[in-house]
Amino acid sequence: MEWITLSIDGRTVTVPKGTTVLEACRMNNIPIPTLCHDPELSNYGSCRMCIVEIEGMRNLPPSCVTQATQGMVVRTQTSKVRNARTTILELLVANHPLDCMTCQKMGDCALAEYAYEYRVTGEVFKGQRRELPLDDSNPFILRDPNKCILCGKCVRACEEIQGRSVLDFSFRGFNAQVGPAFNLPYSESECVFCGSCVSVCPVGALTEKKMVGQGRPWEVEKVQTTCPFCGTGCNFDLNVKDGKVIGVTSNPEAPVNGKALCVKGRFGMDLIHNSERLTTPLIKKDGEFVEATWDEAMDLVAQKLGEVKQEHGADAIAVLSSARCTNEENFLMQKLARAVIGTNNIDHCART
Amino acid sequence: MTFGSGAMTNSINEIPDSKVLLIIGSNPTEAHPIIGTKMKQAVARGAKVVAVDPRRTEMADVADVWLRLRPGTDIALINGIMNIILANGWEDKKFIAERTEGFDQLREQVAKFPPEVVSKITGVPVDQLIEAARIYATAESAQIFYTLGITEHIYGTDNVMILADLSMLTGNVGKVNSGVNPLRGQNNVQGACDMGALPDVLPGYQKVTSPTVRAKFEAAWDVPIKSEPGLMLPDMLEAALSHEVRAMYVMGEDPVLTDADVNHVREALETLDFLVVQNIFLSETAKLADVVLPAGSFAEKDGTFTNTERRVQRVNKAIEPIGHARADWKIICDLATRMGYPFAYASPADVMQEIASLTPQYAGITFERLGRKGLQWPVPDAEHPGTKFLHEGKFARGKGLFMAIEYQVPDEPPDEEYPLLLSTGRRLSHYNISTRYSEALDSYAPEELAELNPEDAERLGIKDGERVKVASRRGALETKIRVTDRVLPGMLWMSFHYKESPANVLTNAASDKVTKTYEYKVCGVKVSKLI
Repeated sequence: MEWITLSIDGRTVTVPKGTTVLEACRMNNIPIPTLCHDPELSNYGSCRMCIVEIEGMRNLPPSCVTQATQGMVVRTQTSKVRNARTTILELLVANHPLDCMTCQKMGDCALAEYAYEYRVTGEVFKGQRRELPLDDSNPFILRDPNKCILCGKCVRACEEIQGRSVLDFSFRGFNAQVGPAFNLPYSESECVFCGSCVSVCPVGALTEKKMVGQGRPWEVEKVQTTCPFCGTGCNFDLNVKDGKVIGVTSNPEAPVNGKALCVKGRFGMDLIHNSERLTTPLIKKDGEFVEATWDEAMDLVAQKLGEVKQEHGADAIAVLSSARCTNEENFLMQKLARAVIGTNNIDHCART
Repeated sequence: MTFGSGAMTNSINEIPDSKVLLIIGSNPTEAHPIIGTKMKQAVARGAKVVAVDPRRTEMADVADVWLRLRPGTDIALINGIMNIILANGWEDKKFIAERTEGFDQLREQVAKFPPEVVSKITGVPVDQLIEAARIYATAESAQIFYTLGITEHIYGTDNVMILADLSMLTGNVGKVNSGVNPLRGQNNVQGACDMGALPDVLPGYQKVTSPTVRAKFEAAWDVPIKSEPGLMLPDMLEAALSHEVRAMYVMGEDPVLTDADVNHVREALETLDFLVVQNIFLSETAKLADVVLPAGSFAEKDGTFTNTERRVQRVNKAIEPIGHARADWKIICDLATRMGYPFAYASPADVMQEIASLTPQYAGITFERLGRKGLQWPVPDAEHPGTKFLHEGKFARGKGLFMAIEYQVPDEPPDEEYPLLLSTGRRLSHYNISTRYSEALDSYAPEELAELNPEDAERLGIKDGERVKVASRRGALETKIRVTDRVLPGMLWMSFHYKESPANVLTNAASDKVTKTYEYKVCGVKVSKLI
């Protein structure tokens, strides 16, 4: 591999050839603000927040689409750079609702974070604001076009990750919007509700509908785990608040799927707290189920299986394990069958 | 069987860089959505796609060639493709000579399937067969993906073996982006098999019939292990009906909704003296139980799942079990202890230690090593980084064995009385039966929409959205109809997600001779208007 040495804010750093200036900064823990960049998506260079000063270059090049070259001298925090970023943020905030108090994205909003850092108030450019209707036409995704900053990440996620291209820009200038063709609501478009667009949205324009009002980012514990549905093995974060799973968010470190998920993995986990969950052992008496303690139920099972084994032999017992349960549970179940009961009558739905 | 071990030979993240994808009996954008998206990424980068499916799936729509075969004619189709490959000299002679055996028998068998004959059997035009053969065989690398459209036939094993033949004939196996990849249906079906939840093998596919294998487990567990393989699920049900099996313990499955010919399944379970069901919901099977044990969901326990690319990954406990529910592993340990053989595991990580000590493919796995990225088996020791693709340089059984496969017909093709061919599968918005408990998903896709071709709909006088009766020799149900050319004329397609329209009262429990997989993909049904 060929290596490039450059200087960033006076530090000498070495990166592989082909690295962008933005990547070089991030590899070396030099913070650069971005709104339209995502490592899983193509580099777009539209938000201009990642601009830097590079010796010998005119203007302020966006670092996400500028290749690092040998001997390059980069400055990321000069007043010229910071002033330009401030102006970009002022322009964005001028047409962005400031209802942060009630916004689901509060605490996890890139625009709010940078506005705070760059002391942007929205007072500089005052003018007309969008007043577009919300799209809450479906059970999964809430779309507030008024909060959209037109970074285009959702458009690229839909096209490049999901291969669907449901979303795109429409209209021009002040009226520019992102959404499905003909400005249809999500529910009438070809959208399959994978929610990749939600996972990349830097602001509150796209949020998980079921999570609205359920918890703030700082109250939520994220637990990485493996999806319990198909055999792909996607990973995601269960969002837990007060001992309850309130939803699912992408985990960019997921080895198989990255941030991509399907409608079931991202939006189906409300089944965990479904009111029909079994919460206590049941024993059938006279054809009706009666609630029982664990001791009563387990003693009965042990006794009955013991009796069958005694009277008819171990092979009169059959055990069905589960392709939905863990490896450890399947291991224990076949050990129970073979070592405790004494039969090889152990199987599972390997076939569906 | 042909290669010597059963699992996806390649990795999911190889897919976007594929050159050629042959997708057969598989609807990945709905049944394995993230794998489907990676295939579409490959297409965007210029990969060629050959789709083989009677139903117009999304991959069929984007395919370079879509072979719309008659359901159940896969063996004839693949034999025909191999015939074309040999006739044009597109086979990989070096690979055949160095890494395979049994080629002569294959050549003899394949000779019986000239393109014209195959076209007649399958309904696929000859020029499409040739184009598909050319794309697959002349590619620099090519991957085959198959799912239950291949395995859910009475000759499912033969279907799989003939795909292995095709891959070996062209040398498209055992390297990056070349292989034969079953997309496993359930989250941990790979792991449940790996762990020996099968009647003939102990963990790691070690045969119970082998004295050496038994000696190893007997030493570890300090009990004798039976040498006779046990019963497979369909045989368990027969044995229940004949009172040879008296009691069953069912964990986390709902055969009364998901097995074929469920009326028969229900009868078998009702015959038992004692039935224990452990589940997170009061499933249709649980309703028949004498004792129901409430289990914790995946969010309520630690453990591991093994995905279709053999990646063992952590499941991490996020919340306490709901109500008095308990994690399945704790319930099993409790029962073993009460039955006089204490299972004294402090945690699933402890269980994994024992798994690693007895299962060669998992030997190097610990929870700590799995971390956030998991490991792909085989992981033979504590330093091994895991295995991205199988059969590099050598198959598990040594040389790859070509199998000459005879064309066969389904157990119950449509006839005069039941003139439509019913095929079943999954939809994007649901996963088997459990996602019905998600309010969000259920409100989005609340009911069955059985697919019927416009030709048949017109003949039967059925309109789009109309409720109809569907009957087979085994049972009947009501469902809404979607009139669509996604299915061939003469065909009805249903999912098995809805207990209100339970497709498996219709399906045929005839099963594959080796795996006992039911023939979910073909049976005869009739559709009639509601009176």
